[in-house]
Amino acid sequence: MNIVVCVKQVPDTSDPDTEVHIDGTGKGVDQGKFSFVINDADNFAVEEAILLKEKHGGEVTVVNIGPEAANQVIRMALAKGGDSAVRLDDEKFAYSDPVATARLLASALKDVEYDLVMTGCLATDDGYGAVGIALAQLLGVPHAAYAKTVEVVDDKKLKVGRELEGGLLEMNEIELPCVLAIQTGGNEPRYASFKGIREASKKEIKVMDLAATGLSEDQVGEAGSVAVMTQYSVPEVGELAEILEGDPAETAGKLAGILKEKGLV
Amino acid sequence: MGDILVLAEHRQGELREVTLELLTLAGQLGGNVTALLLGSGVDDFASKIAGFADKVMVVDDPMFADFNQMAYQAALAEIIKNDKPGLVLIGNTGQGVDLVGSLAVELDLPFTTDAIAVVMEGDKPVVTRQYYGGKINGTINFKDAETYVIGVREAAVPAGEGGKSGEVAKVDNPVTAEITARKFLEYVEAAIGDVDITQSALLVSVGRGIREDKNLPMIEELAALMGADISGSRAVIDAGWLPADRQVGISGKTVKPKLYLALGISGAFQHVTGIKGSDLVVAINKDPDAPIFQYADFGIVDDLLKVVPALIDKIKETKG
Repeated sequence: MNIVVCVKQVPDTSDPDTEVHIDGTGKGVDQGKFSFVINDADNFAVEEAILLKEKHGGEVTVVNIGPEAANQVIRMALAKGGDSAVRLDDEKFAYSDPVATARLLASALKDVEYDLVMTGCLATDDGYGAVGIALAQLLGVPHAAYAKTVEVVDDKKLKVGRELEGGLLEMNEIELPCVLAIQTGGNEPRYASFKGIREASKKEIKVMDLAATGLSEDQVGEAGSVAVMTQYSVPEVGELAEILEGDPAETAGKLAGILKEKGLV
Repeated sequence: MGDILVLAEHRQGELREVTLELLTLAGQLGGNVTALLLGSGVDDFASKIAGFADKVMVVDDPMFADFNQMAYQAALAEIIKNDKPGLVLIGNTGQGVDLVGSLAVELDLPFTTDAIAVVMEGDKPVVTRQYYGGKINGTINFKDAETYVIGVREAAVPAGEGGKSGEVAKVDNPVTAEITARKFLEYVEAAIGDVDITQSALLVSVGRGIREDKNLPMIEELAALMGADISGSRAVIDAGWLPADRQVGISGKTVKPKLYLALGISGAFQHVTGIKGSDLVVAINKDPDAPIFQYADFGIVDDLLKVVPALIDKIKETKG
């Protein structure tokens, strides 16, 4: 089974020390202090791809849209078991919405043979959760969002569990080829081995610019987008908690007092 | 502006609340509101929805008994092409997310997902969304079109009282072809383990701020001392540090304890949606801007790994 897995490099905003500041243009954020990581859900998609490859054979192609610095996440996916990689990189791709992004990914797949395409279900930076779904429509294949369990029924179909609210799994049978937008938590993403990392450093990452995609300028970036994020703003803050001040011994003492007063300890 | 079409959502024989939220939002935006109900034997849903819509369009067919994105998309595409609504609202839910992007691409319509606010500027909707885990907001402007498709976050707009009495119209199923590429099989319920956190009176809940699972024993000691159960955010469950049935939030459990002690939890909406029924929320987080402080009654801005040991000592003293 040949698999394509799409990975995005995102700022590690899960770290409480990471502050997000809107830049002077209002359409971007200051990137200077960010450390970058593979998007959380994409990490689970990579693991699912490698697990399927180990069980059923085939090749895994890693696809990314990003600058040269994104090679870091691509190489890590290659080190875990990916076979080849494509990186779409052109300044004209900036500000692509989910449709323009999906169009770029589709262009990278035109020369790739695949049975299954996987993305993460949601990116931690822009949170659209729409790229994989739009991509499936562009490719003309079925899809499933929030896919948490993936089982190969035969070489024509998969059994896929979609995670809904409350943790309920909606089981579906889906024909191949298809696109799965993978939810977090369905597997245990491995660490790359030293040997894998060494081998990955020798694998070629094919770079595609606008000309290589075969797309026109008005199909990518802001021009190719249907919904453009035009202005970032700082959210209005609701009423805040009463903050207990002091060093840990003081704040803990105050909290213990409050809990006692309310009969909770 | 043109009419607003709202997709009703139901699951396992229950109409989902997001349906009434979307209809309430549609009513606020003005224009004629049509609810589209795809289902099988759903007359009771139709009469409930009629209180929130000017018209309820019901397509009653076994094909829609359970959610199948391909069947839903085929029906919606035909109805949108035919009726040309100005705006289509769909819940940004497990069902809606599966549908919005592909439906809009099929019909070549502008769309966005996970809207937390929608306003009309003339005939055009303008959407507010969250970015970077809710740390900042962003405004979405659409390209001009006849119809816009928007996925709206659950609970972004509280459901109103209704007060309408829309006409219920059964229409023929516009989907004539059999759907074969994707089939609904069954639902599998999440397992419940040794502790049912939806029934817990006291919850000590941990998030990413715990950093490593080797810090869990400290949390276990605190919970044991307080007689509390332990729950966690998605990150901690995904990491395998707590079992899946301890997850609080949209894709986990909705809890209603007397005390919810949130340790190192940032407070993304997916999480806080699950804790709104708590009597008292206390948050300990080193990030003063963490959204959790907007939902907490009391907060401590500090590293939980420093505060928790101190809290254990103080509670021991309190107990004498």
